[in-house]
Order: sequence, then C-alpha cells, then structure tokens
Amino acid sequence: MNNSAKNKSTRPKKETLQLFNVLIKSTIGILVLVVLLVGLVLAIVFQPEISALQSADATEAGESVASQEEPLDQLVDGKDVATGLIAGEGLELVKASCTACHSSALILQNRFTREGWHSKIVWMQETQGLWDLGDNESKILDYLAEHYAPEEAHGRRAPLSNIDWYELKD
Amino acid sequence: MSKTDLNHSNKKTINTQDRRKFLQKSVLAAMATVLGADIVHASSMPEGYIPLALPADFDPMKGKSKGMIVRNEKPWNVEPTPDLLNDAVTPFASIFIRNNGLIPEDVDVNDWTLTIGGESVTQEKTYTLEELKKKFKSYSYQLTLECGGNGRAGFYPPASGNQWEEGAVYCSEWTGVRLKDVLADVGIKSDAVYIGYYGKDKHLNGDPTKVVISRGAPIAKAMQDETLLAWKLNGEDIPLQHGYPLRMVCGGWPASVSGKWLHKLVVRNQVHDGPKMMGDAYRVPKYPVAPGQEVPEEDMKIIESMPVKSLITYPKSGAMFDKSKTLHVQGQAWAGEQEVREMQVTIDFGATWQKCSLKKPANRLAWQQWSIDLNFPQAGYYEIWAKATDDQGISQPMVMPGWNPKGYLNNACHRIAVKVS
Repeated sequence: MNNSAKNKSTRPKKETLQLFNVLIKSTIGILVLVVLLVGLVLAIVFQPEISALQSADATEAGESVASQEEPLDQLVDGKDVATGLIAGEGLELVKASCTACHSSALILQNRFTREGWHSKIVWMQETQGLWDLGDNESKILDYLAEHYAPEEAHGRRAPLSNIDWYELKD
Repeated sequence: MSKTDLNHSNKKTINTQDRRKFLQKSVLAAMATVLGADIVHASSMPEGYIPLALPADFDPMKGKSKGMIVRNEKPWNVEPTPDLLNDAVTPFASIFIRNNGLIPEDVDVNDWTLTIGGESVTQEKTYTLEELKKKFKSYSYQLTLECGGNGRAGFYPPASGNQWEEGAVYCSEWTGVRLKDVLADVGIKSDAVYIGYYGKDKHLNGDPTKVVISRGAPIAKAMQDETLLAWKLNGEDIPLQHGYPLRMVCGGWPASVSGKWLHKLVVRNQVHDGPKMMGDAYRVPKYPVAPGQEVPEEDMKIIESMPVKSLITYPKSGAMFDKSKTLHVQGQAWAGEQEVREMQVTIDFGATWQKCSLKKPANRLAWQQWSIDLNFPQAGYYEIWAKATDDQGISQPMVMPGWNPKGYLNNACHRIAVKVS
C-alpha cells in the first residue's frame, strides 16, 4: 500500500537491490496483514466479550445495524435523521462511539463545555465500561464542544455576575 | 504624557509627533465621516490644529463620579452604578448622561431665546431668558427622570441600543417657570393636543439642518404644575451636558420628553411627529408580545408615565460582613406619575418579604427614600431583592417584564449580593 513511498525513501543505486527490497517488504507486509485479520476473526468468534458493549443486545444489534444502513448519513435540516445529532465533522465518530450504547438524547438534552464533556467520558470509562477512545477522543470532544456547548444564560433573570466583593465597614 | 516625552529624548519626540500626526489624521478621518465629505486641504492643515466643528474643549465627564460607566462616547451615554444614587437629591456628579446627538458647544446664553409656535398657538411668541425669568413666577421641584431604556441590558433576545443597567435615572431639583404659565401668556387654541420641543444639539452625521430628537408630551402633561421650563439644576446653571441654558422638564416620563438646549416649542393640533416620536422609538407594543416577536409599527404606542421601580443604593453589591451585624439597607423608589405606597425587600428570593420604612416624596414626581435593618439567619451568600408597589397596587416584577422590541421599561426588582460570615 505504500510501495511508492518506500521506493522514494530508499532510492537504492542498483535496480536489483531495489527489486529485492521491495519484494521482501511486500511479503512481510502481507504476512502481517493476514495474521492481524485471522487474529481479529478468531477474537470475535471465540471471545465475544471483547465487543461486549456493542453486543449487549446481541439480537437487536444486527437489526439496528441493518436498519441503520438505509438512513445512514441521511441529513435533514442539518441534522442526522437517525439520531437528531447536528451534522458536522466527527458526527460518525460520535454515532459509533456514543450511540452504540445509549440514545443520542443523552447528548441532545445536555450542554457542556469541552471539559464538561470530557468528564462525562471519563465517568463512562470508569463506571460504564466505555473503552479507550484513543485518538478519536479529541475529535469527539471537538464535535460535542462545538455543537452542544452551554448556551448564553437568558432566563427571566440571569445570575448576578461580576460581583466586586468588599469588607463592609460602617 | 506627551509633554514629558518631548523634554526627554529626540526619539520620543519623533514618536510623539508621529502619534500626533496619526491622531490628527484619525480626527480628520472621523470628521470626514461625520460631515459626510472629505475635508479639503486636510493635508495642509497646521499640525495640532483641530477644526472648530469638533467638541474638543468640552469634557462631559469632568466633575462626574469615578464610578460612572461610559456606554458610548459618541454620542455620550454614561450611567452611574446604583450605589452612586444614594442621595435624596442626586448631585451633578452622579447624573446619567444620555444623548442622541452631539452636545452643542456654541451656546450663547446672552442671545438665547425660546420661541413658542406651532399650529395651535394664537400667535408665535419669542422670549429671551431674562424675560422668562422676570415675567413668570419660578418654582423648584425635585423631579425623577429615567431613561426609557434604563435596564435594557436585561432583555433577551437582546434589544439594540445603549445597554443600560440600573443607573439611567436620577432625581434632582429643577428651578424654572411653569410651562402652563408661559403657554397661557402665549395663548393656545382649543384644538391643542400636544407639545413638541426643539433643542440645539447637533446630528451625528454633521448635517446642521437635521433635527436630532424632537419629542414632547400631550397638552395635559404640559399643563401640570411640575412641568417646567428650567434654567437651574440643584440651584446652579444647568450643566451643558444636561441642557444648558434651558430645558423642558417633565418628571415621571421617559427622560427623552425633557428636551435639552431648548430653543423652540411647538403646540400641535396633532400628536407631535418630530424625530424619535415615530416608528418604534420610545414606543412599546400595544399588546403583550413573545420575546423576539416582530411588531408592526402601527401596533406600537408612545411610552408615557414610567412604571413603578426602586433601587438599592446602600450597601453597594458585594458587601461582606459578620453575622452579628445588623445591615442597614436603603434606596430610592418611584412610580412615574404615581406615588410609591409600599416598599419591601426579601433575602430569600421572594419566599418571605419584609416591609421597609418609606418616606413621602418631597413633591409629586420626586422619588422616595426607603430603608430597612436586616439580620441574617446564618452565614452564607444572600441576595437582597427590593420591590416597590405604587398607589394603584402595581408592583415590580421579580422576573423580567414583558419583552418589547426596543428594550424599554425594564422595572424588574433590583438586587444586590452580600456575603455573611
């Protein structure tokens, strides 16, 4: 998959040496891929608890996946039809990581800062079995912080702010 | 800063000159914008020369309290924090400044005249200031003047305009002649329904023929004893930013009805239609509307009497004190054309109310002083909310009153934060 890049970077002087290197590396790469794929298949077949979160409702999982195929990526009024989540970069990651376990309403009815959303993720990881989101975590937080941030306070009276506290002396 | 810099080093001198050139250019650019035209020969103007058209000499903030909040410098709009309004008679230092245009700087008190005309006078008549003072009996009244948009900052969706908080209100003593006495001298027809004023303020766009603001009041308001043509504020000449040398003062109504720099009055046979009388200016919907709702112009009505309201002027918000202390709280209360009948405060967000002692107004349309001693049951954070009730039984709302497109008439309860330890 990255033969061209390798060719560029190695730049051997003799053509035979170049060909030899390419052959060796390609073979190793293919072997690694095969081992990974076999391992993944074996893992899913023999250790379903790895994907416990996805298959909590194993019977429904297949159905929902199937039914989501049709409206997948279907957007109306800038919102994902299946979840009601706002369209934007990171939406698919959020759907894959969050709504796999809980409804999107948990997101839709809340407004947090990036820090606030992060603390929810940590809480889910500590108590609810959420997996390590790896590099996706920051992308998910970007999405949540952008689209589900606290709105400007506009109740019938906003809390008092900018209070300049001072010791009252008579 | 520039003076010391000039004496110190060449480098700084150059910088200062550069800055001066820059400032001069900026000023000229600003002027060009105001005048709507480029200033010819601007580049050949002497350095440091500031054209006379600019209000270069008059500083409206001179003599004002340090705690004044400048909302706008062009036009000047400035308000005090509520604690600066603790006096029964508001001193000049704490009076808010509200302008729609530029403060006139070319006031010549010796040449000043007041002309009274319009469709509904039997004949137009002009008085010099001296004639007004000599010919008619003078009166003094303490009159509450509140900007129609005072409290606008509280509305959501936000309404455009100066985002006044609590301070665009005051009650000072005005001295002058009764408008009704002068109108009687002029002679008005039976079809007179409204009066309108014209002042000498200048339009922001620099057009000298363009009237900045010309509002007024129904003839019934004009005929009240307390409606004055005044030349004194708190016993002295009216300060320039507040209308020197002559102002029409209509207490209890939006302060914009009290025309500054007064030089002409018109008695109209129809509702006055000067600038800021029409459209949505100083008007509210005739019926309750949803926040953000668009209201057709024909469904807007002119604001007349201001609503019941009060301020906590002592202590200033943020006071921290010991639980053993009895806190003395005081403030002002007013109700437009009405009198305030009762004053209450709560320290538990309205669950219980405590009745305050309340003084009678010095005269009709003057605000009233109230006070109460408060004890706090335990240490902690408290808010003191104040609520006035007028003689019609109408109270201030704790939440925001009905939204209106321009954000007028916010008379929601004032509140302060205190901490008891």
